[in-house]
Amino acid sequence: MSRFNITALVLGMAFLYLPIVILVIYSFNASRLVTVWGGWSLRWYQEFFNDRAMLDAAWMSLRVAALSATIATLLGTLAAVGLVRGERFRGRALFSGMLYAPLVMPEVISGLSLLLLFVALNAERGFWTVTIAHTTLTMCFVTVVVQSRLASLDRSLEEAAMDLGCDPVQAFLRVTLPLIVPAIAAGWMLAFTLSLDDVVIASFTTGPGSATLPIRIYSEVRLGVKPEINAICTMVIALIAVVIVIASLASKLSSSQGESAAPL
Amino acid sequence: MTAQANGISGQSPEIEAAKINMAVAHATPVVPAEDLPLLRIEGVSKNFGTFRAVDRLSLDIGAGEFFALLGPSGCGKTTLLRMLAGFETPDEGRILLGGRDIAPVLPHERPVNMMFQNYALFPHLSVWDNIAFGLKRAGMAGAAIDTRVGEMVALVKLDGLEKRKPDQLSGGQRQRVALARSLARRPKVLLLDEPLAALDKKLRESTQQELMELQRRLGMTFIVVTHDQEEAMTMANRIGVMNAGRLEQVATPRDLYEVPVSRWVAGFVGDINLFDGEVASHEQHRVRIATRDGGIIAVAEPRRMVAKTVVAVAIRPEKVKLSRRGPESDAVNSQAINRLDGVITDVSYLGGSTVYKIRLDSGAVVRSSMANTARLEIDTLSAGQRVVAWFSPDDCVVLEK
Repeated sequence: MSRFNITALVLGMAFLYLPIVILVIYSFNASRLVTVWGGWSLRWYQEFFNDRAMLDAAWMSLRVAALSATIATLLGTLAAVGLVRGERFRGRALFSGMLYAPLVMPEVISGLSLLLLFVALNAERGFWTVTIAHTTLTMCFVTVVVQSRLASLDRSLEEAAMDLGCDPVQAFLRVTLPLIVPAIAAGWMLAFTLSLDDVVIASFTTGPGSATLPIRIYSEVRLGVKPEINAICTMVIALIAVVIVIASLASKLSSSQGESAAPL
Repeated sequence: MTAQANGISGQSPEIEAAKINMAVAHATPVVPAEDLPLLRIEGVSKNFGTFRAVDRLSLDIGAGEFFALLGPSGCGKTTLLRMLAGFETPDEGRILLGGRDIAPVLPHERPVNMMFQNYALFPHLSVWDNIAFGLKRAGMAGAAIDTRVGEMVALVKLDGLEKRKPDQLSGGQRQRVALARSLARRPKVLLLDEPLAALDKKLRESTQQELMELQRRLGMTFIVVTHDQEEAMTMANRIGVMNAGRLEQVATPRDLYEVPVSRWVAGFVGDINLFDGEVASHEQHRVRIATRDGGIIAVAEPRRMVAKTVVAVAIRPEKVKLSRRGPESDAVNSQAINRLDGVITDVSYLGGSTVYKIRLDSGAVVRSSMANTARLEIDTLSAGQRVVAWFSPDDCVVLEK
């Protein structure tokens, strides 16, 4: 690589990741002041694990993320199967268009419309409303990932399974499903991370006493950044990084078994 | 229709066979139930939208036959095969297997297995599990499955590769796994969709031999779909030539080549010279055809031909002989022979044979193929030379369609 390329690369990476690196370093800051370095310490991590409200928010976020990702994966996979393998049905184009709407819809609008819906239904806002809202947000991402994998699968595999004695359901369970499992897993993890870092939709659909972690952080920051926030953010980054790595490994595994990869 | 039984055995006289085959393609047979062949396709049609992929097709295939469906791409042969496997449902007609109409039966309930063109091996399963897949679904006991898979592995010579995944196999090995998997359930009929298309030429030839040997040994009915006429000719006892959703002709490889029933078949199977014309006269077993370019060709033809009938005379290039001076042998009855004068315009050396293109004095173009039986040709013919092309009336076929 030429000197110019190396410089460009370093600058580019610095632009993208320097803020995060600084955040991570300052999470180990002993000082009470965010901007003043006072030596290494795990003090703020300790602080977090003693902060009841923060811990509740984190636990809430993890539960919402896990449950909404699971529901979204189930529904998203079914939608993908319907779109790729189903017979041509009336309104198929409309269905797939509506499925992808959340991909391009501004989150403020999704959040607001969900809020209006929950108010109209007189639903108590809290864990379940956020979970439902996140499911609607992340389902389309799962569908995209699973759909591309399914589309790349040779149709004749299912036919071969039926030829060898499987009814259509067995053919799906014994041949198709094992082959798209990596894509489904990748979809789940994508949905999980999307739910974990969403502020906008969650703030519309959550109620008093059930703040998710990003909302909690956001409201804390408005009163001034505590070094504890840095520690929390560092842990969230670590969690998401692990999930993303697993997701991309799963997607790679999926593509090595078939012809083409699920894009991630 | 007993005539069809004759067709199967391949012992009927050539012309007889040709007539029968014409009948097979269009007539709806009426037969007492006990005379039913293993597989009877009866007036089957399949439409995709406005496109008619298979058009009222009828065909009988007997037990133990190696049958080839031959045709250009888009002729409906694969659709027909998929209807036999159960992946497509006929819009009309019946498919009788052992006397039972299987048209409404789902694929997994048919005693028929298919070997897919791209093999469709399950990538997440080992060779062993791929072959055992159908046996497990059939509810076979564990020990019996072990035995059967072992037999199949030995049959297709895959010993030692049982634990491999399909992506760790070569193309030829994958083809064998696919074959073993489709044979494992001992189907009454094995359907093969372009089974050798993905193999290179050398491997294809040896695999053809193995398939034939396998079919003979197992006594199973094989139906193979192919666009490769050489492959069909090599392997099959009988060939059905399809065009535009219809069977043009059903015959043994020899009859198909020597007694084509239509211009289309004559042109599709092998190379052919065609002379358009009409019947000029007919005496005992000999028809004289006045060709459009003004010549007369004598043809051996036992059928009664009405004068003025529009026909074509077909003659295979290898039956057209060529020399500077014409036929010399006394054994050749010079009166009976068809003699055409012309100039060589093109010579293509193909190794085993050489193909000459001759522009006749009448303007027509004739091809002659001569076997290169000697390594050193003393008297070579080359482009621009005047030559005489001649052929026997016995080698010509009159085509009415």
